[in-house]
Amino acid sequence: MPVSLSRDGDRHWKRRTSRAEWLRFAGWLALVMLFIFTWRVMTQDTIWAFVLDAPRQAADIGSRMWPPRWSYMSALWKPLWDTINMATLGTLLAVILAVPVAFLTARNTTPSVVFVRPVALLVIVSSRSINALIWALLLVTILGPGVLAGVIAIALRSVGFIAKLLYEAIEEINIEPVEAIRATGASAPQVLAWGIWPQITPAFAGISVFRWDINIREATVLGLVGAGGIGVNLESSMNTLAWPQVTLILIVILATVIVSEWVSAKIRHALL
Amino acid sequence: MLVIDNLTKRYSTGDLAVDNVSLSVPAGQVVGLIGPSGAGKSSLIRCVNRLVEPSEGAIKLNGLDLSKLSRGALGKARRRMGMIFQEYALVDRLTVMENVLSGRLGYVGFWRSYLRRFPQADIDRAFVVLERVGLLDHIDKRADALSGGQRQRVGIARALVQEPDLLLVDEPTASLDPKTSRQIMRLIVEICAERGLAAIVNIHDVALAQMFVQRIVGLRKGAIVFDGPPDGLTPEALTEIYGAEDWASTISKAQEEDADEAETGLPGNTLASA
Amino acid sequence: MSSISRRWTPPPLIANRALRYGVYAGLCLYLLVAFSTIEFNWTRMSEGAARAGNLFAGFLRPDFTSRWDDIEAGLLESLTMTVTSTIVGIILSIPFGIGAARNIAPVPVYAFCRAFIAVARSLQEVIIAIFLVVLFGFGPFAGFLTLAFATIGFLAKLLAEDIEDCDPAPLEAIRATGAGWWQVLAYAILPQVAPRLIGLSLYRVDINFRESAVVGIVGAGGIGATLNTAMDRYEFDSAAAILLIIIGIVLACEYASGFIRAKVQ
Repeated sequence: MPVSLSRDGDRHWKRRTSRAEWLRFAGWLALVMLFIFTWRVMTQDTIWAFVLDAPRQAADIGSRMWPPRWSYMSALWKPLWDTINMATLGTLLAVILAVPVAFLTARNTTPSVVFVRPVALLVIVSSRSINALIWALLLVTILGPGVLAGVIAIALRSVGFIAKLLYEAIEEINIEPVEAIRATGASAPQVLAWGIWPQITPAFAGISVFRWDINIREATVLGLVGAGGIGVNLESSMNTLAWPQVTLILIVILATVIVSEWVSAKIRHALL
Repeated sequence: MLVIDNLTKRYSTGDLAVDNVSLSVPAGQVVGLIGPSGAGKSSLIRCVNRLVEPSEGAIKLNGLDLSKLSRGALGKARRRMGMIFQEYALVDRLTVMENVLSGRLGYVGFWRSYLRRFPQADIDRAFVVLERVGLLDHIDKRADALSGGQRQRVGIARALVQEPDLLLVDEPTASLDPKTSRQIMRLIVEICAERGLAAIVNIHDVALAQMFVQRIVGLRKGAIVFDGPPDGLTPEALTEIYGAEDWASTISKAQEEDADEAETGLPGNTLASA
Repeated sequence: MSSISRRWTPPPLIANRALRYGVYAGLCLYLLVAFSTIEFNWTRMSEGAARAGNLFAGFLRPDFTSRWDDIEAGLLESLTMTVTSTIVGIILSIPFGIGAARNIAPVPVYAFCRAFIAVARSLQEVIIAIFLVVLFGFGPFAGFLTLAFATIGFLAKLLAEDIEDCDPAPLEAIRATGAGWWQVLAYAILPQVAPRLIGLSLYRVDINFRESAVVGIVGAGGIGATLNTAMDRYEFDSAAAILLIIIGIVLACEYASGFIRAKVQ
């Protein structure tokens, strides 16, 4: 009890009991120890001369990066178009794949909680755990470099994201209208299309547009592993130490991200 | 004609919701099902169209035993039973017309219904029932833009457009104000009379039940403890259903209100203004 | 009752007919053009088919043993990177978050913090990692800095929004007792935002681990570097093993953080 009576009958108040206090202290101590340990492991191979030299390096590169080479822009339009296409087509493909997965996962629509749901959940987890860049790395070795690998990488990463949010939305629907549609003698696909789907369309549209926005960002870097888009130019410019081109590419990426964020905010606002 | 024989529903949790109920409702009769919360009213009517699977017993609608039907045959049988819900159970993001047409889903193939290409005959039916419930001016409004009374009218229209033999009505007025409640009850009873429909109406408001239905069935702990005309509901009968309480005022209040109604005599077609 | 047949079609999403068909046509045209600019290199793809088979076989029989030393070293780097960057990121995100909350920070501080957060959020982790590798050399230290930077951008923004959404009544009440700025922070703001901050921090542990697998691809250490090497050598069974380990650890992180969040909130 935080409030205790002392021998002379006064009431003493402490925020926590002594046992809780000790536990908290032990928890914090463990965290600090963990940090110190991991810090030492991480930095044992660090060459501190490089680290100390970093500010000078940064100043040096900074001076080379400015001004951006604006004339390089003419070579960036095509990669930019590819980047946007990778994001858009990838999201589209992901949406098509994610909808059935979401229905198989949601407790109230899955055909079997014991057999089908765990498999669908596994699909979602695998897709979500692995970054688009890693998917791209795999796909480039299989499909060869290019936009196609990028589209599929984006799609594979997004399936889990969209399916997870969508199945959570499906589990939260109001069950009464679904019962009502079932009571009219509608078939199972009709119950899905008339009772459940209209209830999740706002969530569905919002999630898809949100993911498209994220995918635009991700698509800008997929080129680093050879999957097409503006990242290819970033990679080659970095390799040839063409710093003014790097600056321009970063500016273009930043602008694209800001525009896509604005577009997605507008669309989501219009939908809700 | 609906005949329920020795119906029992026991949930997997062990709760006995419906206990050996036998009941028959001829065409054109409206039965008010009353009883305390948890007496099994809702389970009983959901057993009829098997939204809840009955444990034992038979349910026959015009001679067809519903409790034995396969999934596909059940779908066909459900088309003959309209259901009206307490919280209206409309699909909020669909329009009034789409909600009403959803009552025809059992007759239309998937793609046709998905593309909203209903046969003209179904659309005609929908217009007829929408006119009857007084919602012709609202057909393209979204369901969530309507008031409670209007939403329940859509619910009624959806049940009617099925052209059912039987109406299952679950607490139709529990979410409505007293005036709208009466208008909705009157509408249901009038429609049953016009179309010769059998109906079971779950209702917790005894006075409202007495005012409108021809027969009252009292349920207590899943079993029928009263079955008779509304004026047979003596204080003794109510005590049997609900337990001991001073019932005299409830009954006299219902009769007073009845007289009151008769004086003002609200005509049926002003219902739309609700 | 009406005897004439009345037609009904559902109200269209876009009322204006010309605009509606224009939008549909535009969308179809875009998809068509976008598809046509994807290059399908069939000969390259048929070569890749064998590799796809190998990769798939690798998932069925992952090889944890032959490269275990590399995998272990990479995992250790990733995990240490995750822990250090999350802790440092959380600690630094608190002042940035407070500074970026309009209701308690002075204007110049607010502007600076907001600008910093905006930059940290809009650049992908990988791009930041590339630069930091150039500046700090190869290895997990660059990865640690990248993830810490990204963590600040993520947490500080959400923290600032939380503080701005705080119920102002307790704030005024504590101010009215004559409490100073720090006391207001400790008694009115922190209790309101602490549970969500803990939840978000745990969520960020997940993200940082996943990202630690990515920054390795550009040389910032961790399991990503090991994976990249395995892929370069076409050792698909080792690569599959690494991917399975990543999935396993992410899953474990998610369960653990879900458990802790349920305890805290």
